[in-house]
Amino acid sequence: MAVAEATTRDGGASFGWRLLRWFVRRREASVLIIAVGLFVYFWIANSAFVDRADIKNMTEYGAPIALIAAGEVMLLICGEIDLSLGQLYAFGPIIMYLTSNSSGEAVPGATVAGLGLPIWVGVIFALLACAGIGLATGVITTVFRVPSFITTLGMLFFLNGLNLRLLSGEQIVLPFSQTFQNILGGYGAPNGPFPFYLNSEVYWALFLILLVQFILSYTRWGLHTVATGGNLIGAAESGVNVRKVKIGNFVLAATLAGFAGMMDSERINSIQPLQGGTDIMFLAVAGAVIGGTSLMGGSGTVIGGLLGVSVLVILRTGFNILGVNAYNFDLITGVAIVGAMVLNVQIQRLKNIGKLQ
Amino acid sequence: MTDSPVPTDSRQEVIRVEHIAKSFGAVVALVDVSMYLRRGEVLGLIGDNGAGKSTLIKILTGFIKPDAGQIFVNGDEVNLRSVDHARSLGIDTVYQDLALVPGLSVAHNMFLKREVTKGFGPFRMLNNHAMRKRARQYIEGIGIGTLRSVDAEVAMLSGGQRQAIAIARSVHSGAKTLLLDEPLAAMGAKEGEIILDLIQDLKKQGHSMIVVAHNYIHIVEICDRVNLLQHGEITFDKPTAQTSVEELTDLVAAEYRASKQAAAAAAGGS
Repeated sequence: MAVAEATTRDGGASFGWRLLRWFVRRREASVLIIAVGLFVYFWIANSAFVDRADIKNMTEYGAPIALIAAGEVMLLICGEIDLSLGQLYAFGPIIMYLTSNSSGEAVPGATVAGLGLPIWVGVIFALLACAGIGLATGVITTVFRVPSFITTLGMLFFLNGLNLRLLSGEQIVLPFSQTFQNILGGYGAPNGPFPFYLNSEVYWALFLILLVQFILSYTRWGLHTVATGGNLIGAAESGVNVRKVKIGNFVLAATLAGFAGMMDSERINSIQPLQGGTDIMFLAVAGAVIGGTSLMGGSGTVIGGLLGVSVLVILRTGFNILGVNAYNFDLITGVAIVGAMVLNVQIQRLKNIGKLQ
Repeated sequence: MTDSPVPTDSRQEVIRVEHIAKSFGAVVALVDVSMYLRRGEVLGLIGDNGAGKSTLIKILTGFIKPDAGQIFVNGDEVNLRSVDHARSLGIDTVYQDLALVPGLSVAHNMFLKREVTKGFGPFRMLNNHAMRKRARQYIEGIGIGTLRSVDAEVAMLSGGQRQAIAIARSVHSGAKTLLLDEPLAAMGAKEGEIILDLIQDLKKQGHSMIVVAHNYIHIVEICDRVNLLQHGEITFDKPTAQTSVEELTDLVAAEYRASKQAAAAAAGGS
């Protein structure tokens, strides 16, 4: 009897139900379809959309956002959020600059002078400094039990002030070598065919995003991250050190955000204390949510975040090219975020009552 | 009653606790608990809701630290630092809330924190194939329900199926001492019988167990000894051969009657 019932349910499900189930199982695929659909639409609407310059623009605009989103996805999955990643995006390159700048006066009227160490030391110092900020955020959140929304809101303002002080509010042209600039951010064969004219930062971002997805899918750390967000008490009862998992993901997200900032600063060869900020952070969170990551923890993918960011980037560039009023971008982003979240919540509800498998 | 006499051979006790106390803020969960579990014994732990049974279990598995008191495992005093620590001493628990993650597959839940991996160093990856295969064997071995797949998310499963997974997980953890907090709670009559048989099999294989249960028929059926936890203290400790379902029911009901009479007296007196 039970078997027969199951057969009818599987075989006789309406097309709508089967489609819905497929979308649920393959959340990333559905976002990919949307991204590709938008891409094709803008391409047909205006062939300038696939010009070399526009493709390059889209990838270099999207790469740092998607990298920040990768860290944010890991945090959202384990049930936390970091609002200060946009400030870390500015903080990373500032530390790199202050460590490695060798000219006599680092910043006109700056609080701290440059140390003049080799640039690779500067990169390591910057990554360590960002990791340290992530560690502080994680410890304050888990040990002192402050909701991460508040911890990182405080960190957002703190880092913003720190960044402004460190550079005395000035924009700085980076003095580092062309070679270093090519490696970290800028180089692309200007006359090469499609993938080769893209900036090196795009490849950095893709590599790191795939690495984080690998960690999430195929390592104990990833499994414990999902467990921590999916059932905090249950994971702890099973022996998972949930505090360590959360702190580790704060460190990971902060380090990735700092690295994203360094890539971008090297590409444009300058830093300013207010770069990134809440704009880039909210775009990363929006990308994560559109890509299927639940803000309630326990589910999501890094690739989904990348695809979510892609949708936003394609929309923004497409609107530019079609000459659509720029206000429409925010308008549609807003609808997309809420729509995606409604979908997330309702899918979870249907799953919980056993209507979706 | 709470000061049980020290037995001649403490090595025969897998667990002994002395004067354990635990409060959560203003709520006193355990006042002064002393108890022991002999090697190969099945101890039934009964008591009202809120008597502190789950708190005691969580202390014995290293999840909660007691405010006061001593814990001995295999005769040696230990300070249980974590669930992992207790596990390394051979103690594993089926929690009342089952401690399953709804969004993870059955196989991943079975091996949470005990994952099978392949490779080494930074290249250590989850061995999902091995975990799936073993999870399937474990669940078939327990003989409960028909799971469509060990890849199914736990969120999709029924209460009984979840309970079976939680039990299979502990049984196959390699632990020789199992703490089962209401292992029959979400089970139907038939599955309940299977679990009772399983507990008896485990006893034959030399496992020691503490079983928290509300059904005194089960307690008398499977346990060697029974302890009653009331208001944060052990108030009753007898071999099941010397007690009966009626006595156990009376014990708990007597408390209810006493409190009702006290309330009536208070109401009448006012």
